[in-house]
Amino acid sequence: MNSQFIKKYRYSVILLRELVRTDFKLRYQGSVLGYLWSLLRPLFLFVILYFVFVYFLRVGSDIPHWPVAMLLGIVLWNFFAEVTNNGVTSIVNQGDVIRKINFPKYVIILSGSVSAFINLLLNLIVIAVFMAINGVTLTWLALLAPLLIIEVYAFALGISFLLSTVFVKLRDINYIWEIIMQGLFYASAVIYPVALVIAKSHKAAELLLMNPIAQAIQDIRYTLITQADTPTLTSVAHSGLWMIIPLGIVAVVLLLGMWVFKKQSPYFAENV
Amino acid sequence: MANHPEVVLSVKDVKKDFHLPHDKQNSIKSAIVNMFRRRDKEADTQHALRGISFDIRKGEFFGILGRNGSGKSTMLKIISEIYQPTSGTVSHKGKLVPFIELGVGFNPELTGRENVYLNGALLGFSEKEIDKRYDDIVAFAELQDFMEQKLKNYSSGMQVRLAFAVATHAEAEILVVDEVLAVGDADFQRKCYDFFKSLKKSGKTVVFVTHDMTAVREYCDRAILINEGKISASGDPNDIADEYLKLFNKSMGNKIYSEDKGRWGNGLVYISNVAANIDKDNIIIKLSLTANDSEDVEGVVFGYKLFDSEGKVALGGNTLNCKNPVHMKFTKSESKDITFTIPNILGNGTFTLSGTARLSDGVTICDDWRSMASISNTRDEGYYSIVAPAMLEVRNG
Repeated sequence: MNSQFIKKYRYSVILLRELVRTDFKLRYQGSVLGYLWSLLRPLFLFVILYFVFVYFLRVGSDIPHWPVAMLLGIVLWNFFAEVTNNGVTSIVNQGDVIRKINFPKYVIILSGSVSAFINLLLNLIVIAVFMAINGVTLTWLALLAPLLIIEVYAFALGISFLLSTVFVKLRDINYIWEIIMQGLFYASAVIYPVALVIAKSHKAAELLLMNPIAQAIQDIRYTLITQADTPTLTSVAHSGLWMIIPLGIVAVVLLLGMWVFKKQSPYFAENV
Repeated sequence: MANHPEVVLSVKDVKKDFHLPHDKQNSIKSAIVNMFRRRDKEADTQHALRGISFDIRKGEFFGILGRNGSGKSTMLKIISEIYQPTSGTVSHKGKLVPFIELGVGFNPELTGRENVYLNGALLGFSEKEIDKRYDDIVAFAELQDFMEQKLKNYSSGMQVRLAFAVATHAEAEILVVDEVLAVGDADFQRKCYDFFKSLKKSGKTVVFVTHDMTAVREYCDRAILINEGKISASGDPNDIADEYLKLFNKSMGNKIYSEDKGRWGNGLVYISNVAANIDKDNIIIKLSLTANDSEDVEGVVFGYKLFDSEGKVALGGNTLNCKNPVHMKFTKSESKDITFTIPNILGNGTFTLSGTARLSDGVTICDDWRSMASISNTRDEGYYSIVAPAMLEVRNG
């Protein structure tokens, strides 16, 4: 029984490595700079956004380090979007292989997310450079950031498991998800400071921060950039107890997604 | 019977239903439309397999035959755990590798080398394990100079060779093979057959699905015939291959089918007269073939076999492999007289003659007649089916 378990696990790891590697090879194939684009792309995006928001729109100009905080938010959002958008269609996209050989299907979802995660890490390096330029000082709180990134990752995986399963039978789901993502983007305080919402309505800010993505992004900004000027769910709701709601949502989505996926994955080959 | 090897693959009462909605319900519109429509559930269900059971023992070469749509591919996918059975169980011991198609996961944008590693990973090989086998694989595929090129620049033959090379190194204990031999040129097919022979020699268990009856007769130890989701025959591959061909001809309108099952076929051309004679020097088989009265028939081959008293084939031949082959063509209702003159090399005994008129496509049987005549040979010397026409030299030494 035990050796069977190890065998199964071994196969998944082998497959995961190879799929991630393939994904990376294919992504920058035929480009001269190759992997360097993983760094250059976010860098140029940041430079553009920096100028637009800080010099022309002057959003959050009264908040210290807002440009860096905004970039951090965009990086985290992109990670979440990449994992879920790839995730939704990934099972159907691999239908050809699924119909011909039996292998652990969750590897498909994981491999897509690993590529996105590697991208996130590269982006965070660029962020670190911007932080240094802006004179952000790190505190011990920064050690909490990885936990919060795991929260975002878990949420994205849960959604991927759930939606990829639904997508096998209901092909409308990726359009629906696209629309939800448009809304979620503005409901997650990515490109505007939460302080703007608080100024309008305290209740609305509380509600906004119950959304796991908004909560995680704010908390990561809090741990990495500045504590004094980053409103978080805990500070806005005046109680850490409210954290149960976003964390609960993440846990429920992840468990539900895994359960549905596990139940349906044996039938992917005939339905896809 | 005591020393049977262990059962390595066991299929128990496997059933498989496919639910086929009339309009595939994969958009919200059709989902909503269908909600208000009463669904006739039974009409939507297709019973692909209706209770299949068999055991395969270690080292067996097991053939699964069946016409297109008979459910044999579904069976294969259930064995390979790609599909789940609706009911029943499938269990196996040891590593099972399916070759439903060669080169699963091959990506045209990757190089040959990269594809070997990707395909290998799908077959359960780590990078290190492929490293060890890499040179062998490349040598087997004969693609030494092309490994750094992208797969999209390969010819289809090269792709198949590469895929097959990886597959042959999969080191499975049970191989599930689906008609891979249908691809590639003659040279490659020979390689495949050699690989099959080596599998057989090394005692691997192989489950084999094919339409190639020659391969079934040659390699399989045992076979089953699946028809309409059920096993309609099982046992000796020669018998099963015959059953398969009958099935095929029956569906084409079997006009000749006698009660004792000694004669069958579609009757496009039929044996209208037969006589066999034997004397000291020659066996003479005379017969007439007559074509049906509704269509012309091309590519007709007639073959005969002489069986000895034990039911073994003593000798045989046909209109194409004799010394002066003839390609036969019939116009409507045309009759031809055929005479085979065979040197009498038979031994003592009674021999029965069977004949088959078929088309050169290899599957269409026009008239297959077992025991249509018999001949007796009397020789004083020996008990052989055949007396070899040898030259002898005796010298004083």
